[in-house]
Amino acid sequence: MASTIRVRATSNGETTEVQVLIQHPMDTGYVKDAKGEIIPPHYIQQLTFEHGGKAVFIADWGSGVSKDPYVKFAFKNGKKGDDLKIAWIDNKGATDATTAKIQ
Amino acid sequence: MNITDREFSATRRLVLKGAGVAALIGLGVLPLDVPQALAAANDKYPEEAFKQKNEADAIKALYGGRTAEPSDQVKMDAPEIAENGAVVPVSAITTLTGVTSISFLVSENPVALVASYRIPDGTLPSVSNRIKMAKTSNLTVIVEAGGKLYSATKEVKVTVGGCGG
Amino acid sequence: MILRLAIHAASAAVAFGLLAFAPAAHAADSVDPVADANAFKKFFTDKFPKVTLKDFVNGPYSMSEDLHRQWEEKEEFPPYEFALEAGKEMFAKPFKNGKSYADCFPNKGIGIRQNYPYFDEKEGKVITLELALNRCREANGEAPFSYVKDEMAALTAYMAYTSRGKPMDIKIPNDPRALEAYQKGKEYFYTRRGQLNFSCATCHVQSPGERIRAEVLAPALGILNAMPIYRSEWSGMGTTSRRFTTCNSQIRGVPLNPQDDEYRNLEYYLSYVSNGLPISGPGARP
Ligand code: HEC
Repeated sequence: MASTIRVRATSNGETTEVQVLIQHPMDTGYVKDAKGEIIPPHYIQQLTFEHGGKAVFIADWGSGVSKDPYVKFAFKNGKKGDDLKIAWIDNKGATDATTAKIQ
Repeated sequence: MNITDREFSATRRLVLKGAGVAALIGLGVLPLDVPQALAAANDKYPEEAFKQKNEADAIKALYGGRTAEPSDQVKMDAPEIAENGAVVPVSAITTLTGVTSISFLVSENPVALVASYRIPDGTLPSVSNRIKMAKTSNLTVIVEAGGKLYSATKEVKVTVGGCGG
Repeated sequence: MILRLAIHAASAAVAFGLLAFAPAAHAADSVDPVADANAFKKFFTDKFPKVTLKDFVNGPYSMSEDLHRQWEEKEEFPPYEFALEAGKEMFAKPFKNGKSYADCFPNKGIGIRQNYPYFDEKEGKVITLELALNRCREANGEAPFSYVKDEMAALTAYMAYTSRGKPMDIKIPNDPRALEAYQKGKEYFYTRRGQLNFSCATCHVQSPGERIRAEVLAPALGILNAMPIYRSEWSGMGTTSRRFTTCNSQIRGVPLNPQDDEYRNLEYYLSYVSNGLPISGPGARP
């Protein structure tokens, strides 16, 4: 299966700007399906970004983050060609991870 | 397994709690790779804070007894009227130094805390994300800098809620 | 739902009360598509002098600055990205018989979205892109897809993407049946129906930019150029077929089946009068 994580990481020499979009339902547990049954909560809880063996950004999320979540941040020192490791875990224990090259 | 929750890394705890061993087997490849990346962060998911319905309780669970003081050095960008409460693009940036975290809270959501971002040294104190807003409500950004809390608040109008049909 | 519609009707009544007539709503004796298209464009550019012609394709986002900014923010990493990628993969993957979508279309299906729908002179009917895709599948022994979302939305998203920026280019061949299809599509667009007695034009010609319950109405000019769309309201993708049927339901009308002749003619008309405006699909919408 294709990765659930799409990444754009671009360095301008000084800072690296990172944008990710993740395919995930981010169900709140407050919405009913067509049959009137509650869709149980299902959302990413933690998303981490690691560069050069060090965490550069950690997102702790609740179910109030939109479906197919998006986040953007920037850090210093990333270089073109460097690896950026990204991983998430959700409230049901499912996970996904990917490694992106900084452009 | 007689190790308590606390002695586990946040990640492992989540994996075990959420889906049990079956998920570990089901997901096959993951236990080695993912938890390491996550464990490197060496930080725990603030589960209690994300359980609080009320904004004040969420702040208390997240930051202990500290209170946030409004600061014009915390800038937030959010629409006047959200096009759809299910997807509200909001971002925050600050000129404060020594920033260690930035959090987003929506007072009228069923769970007030939406997201909390940890900002290690070398990461810029600026983040954009897309959040849900159940109805017209205050959006609060809290920046933690040098151990103190600073905030900015803005009302965002929502005409189509983000939590219902 | 009932409450919603009541509000709907009330605000509509206010919004429409003062409005004058739409452009050449009931063209009488002669059918003149070229004149229609010119009048259509002029109507919208006069009504919205600040909106550039090519910006009309951005639907509700062309009508409000606050919305436009939210859109730009979303376009940084658009929510249709997953569908687009899925569509690209599906498009490239051969059928069981070894053939592929590329074999069913001119220029292997790349950069041709702006020519759909077209009038097929052999069949004497309008052929939409969605219809052509399902016919392609069936001709190659594959089951057709649902017209409204998922695979169909992904495939059309990819095909639209390969045509981005190309001006809509719909032809009406010299065939009385083609002219008739166009005229029928136009009539459908301006005919009032449903319990609320609205026509498509009531909302999309007389009132673009107005809010109806929470939504800002899109202008009819260029209204199909961004299809298919990821709509936050749907939490997912939808095709032209999906949009037509949901708009019919909104006025408590009975929606037709996707790709019924009426809808095909309607798509032909709406696309033709938007000739020259760029394809911008797939789109993101509130
Ligand atoms: C009661 C008012 C109303 C009527 C009547 C109506 N629509 Fe809509 N339509 C809407 C609303 C609301 C939307 C969503 C907001 C927007 O994009 O305009 C919409 C969206 C659309 C869109 C997508 C526009 C975009 O850029 O995303 C299309 C295409 C469309 N309508 C076609 C039609 C057609 C064809 C008809 C007649 C069969 C019709 N509508 C009748 C209210 C209406």
